[in-house]
Amino acid sequence: MVELLEAVIKRPNFVAFVALFLWGLYIAITHHNLVKKLIGLYIVQTSVIFFFVTFAAKQGATVPILLSNDGKIEARAYTNPLPHALTLTAIVVQVATLGVSVAVVAGIYRNYDSLDEAEILKKLE
Amino acid sequence: MIGAHDSVIVLTISRMLIPLIQLYAIYILFFGQYSPGGGFAAGVIFGASLILAILVFGPETHAGAVATKVVAGDGLGLLVYAGVGGLCLIGGGEYLNYAALELPGLSEPARRSLGILLTQIGVGLDIAVTAVSIVLSLSFIPHGEGSHG
Amino acid sequence: MTNWFELVLLALVLITAGGAILVKDLISAAFILGSYSFFLALVWAWLGAVDLAFVEALVGAGLATVFFLLLLFQTAPKDKPIRRTRPPLAALLSLPPLGLLLIYAATDLPAFGDPSSPASTHVSPVYIENSMKDTLTPNFVTSIIMDYRGFDTLIETAVIFTAGIVCAAVLWRKEA
Repeated sequence: MVELLEAVIKRPNFVAFVALFLWGLYIAITHHNLVKKLIGLYIVQTSVIFFFVTFAAKQGATVPILLSNDGKIEARAYTNPLPHALTLTAIVVQVATLGVSVAVVAGIYRNYDSLDEAEILKKLE
Repeated sequence: MIGAHDSVIVLTISRMLIPLIQLYAIYILFFGQYSPGGGFAAGVIFGASLILAILVFGPETHAGAVATKVVAGDGLGLLVYAGVGGLCLIGGGEYLNYAALELPGLSEPARRSLGILLTQIGVGLDIAVTAVSIVLSLSFIPHGEGSHG
Repeated sequence: MTNWFELVLLALVLITAGGAILVKDLISAAFILGSYSFFLALVWAWLGAVDLAFVEALVGAGLATVFFLLLLFQTAPKDKPIRRTRPPLAALLSLPPLGLLLIYAATDLPAFGDPSSPASTHVSPVYIENSMKDTLTPNFVTSIIMDYRGFDTLIETAVIFTAGIVCAAVLWRKEA
């Protein structure tokens, strides 16, 4: 139990990731307004990217751009660039799917004239 | 829904800023291999300059109309990217293996660097046009009153 | 890990995320979400991911806010609940155990910034050491996304293109 508390306290980034992920997921599931659901999903996606970037960091390392070309290139001196590459794709795809979901919500508003989930479900019956 | 802005200050400053923003986008694109940036950031910045032109000048004026016609080149970015891969196939290598691009006088690392640059141009074009296209789609008035121009 | 501004940044990120969720006026929520993206870009820069900070500041604080605002200008910007409903029991019962399980997994994670963690060994040093030699590119992230892992970027470009087409297909209509 003590090791668990110690492990959690040494990793505030991970605790922040868990908090954001669960809160965003809860809002996406339970809130009645469609735009708030989109905001919740956005927060879930960015929290996962936060987790990826956290475990790519290295103590005492610099940004992943080559400092000088002469001499031996130490992999220890640069932040791990592989999760950066994966999450760069994830960020851009996130904004593209946000555009699609905003278009779908605009279409729903055009047909049902409301952004509230309960009203829309009532009009569907 | 989007008409020309009525403040002289906004119009004048935008007229000066939009070419500077586009120049910055081209700089970020070409220096993506040496500093942070690359095709994604350049595409978003270029798209932002076109969106600014549409929002400030309105779609009916000349500046706004140019920006709305940019959407006609929608598939061009993907075509450039996939086309570079096809050129690599023609040169004898695998798909997207830039070392097989057939260009005389370039060593293999230089060919791969050139391949990276060409595909970044494709990605930047694609993102810029998609950003403008989504903004234009979203700014339709519901129930068909008026149009986006 | 031991600087005071790191905890301040994390607290700001959590506060702005909470603010975006809890405010009633939706236009304010869109702007607070933009500031959440901006603080998140600062966190990326602190953790050494400058390329990501660049793109996150552009698309998060820029494009995402523009999309939300364009949506809200056409629809109702207020968040009025029709009736007060109790939150569904399934969500309340299942999410806290999920949180506890994730926290329990913290014991298995490598220490923050460990250079010998599994993510930083195996393939990643190969890319760092050979990027300048193979592709004349000092920026490792660019050489990875465009050359070593070029197929992912091709399909991502196709996804972005498809998103633009789908938006047009859902929303464009001929004038009456």
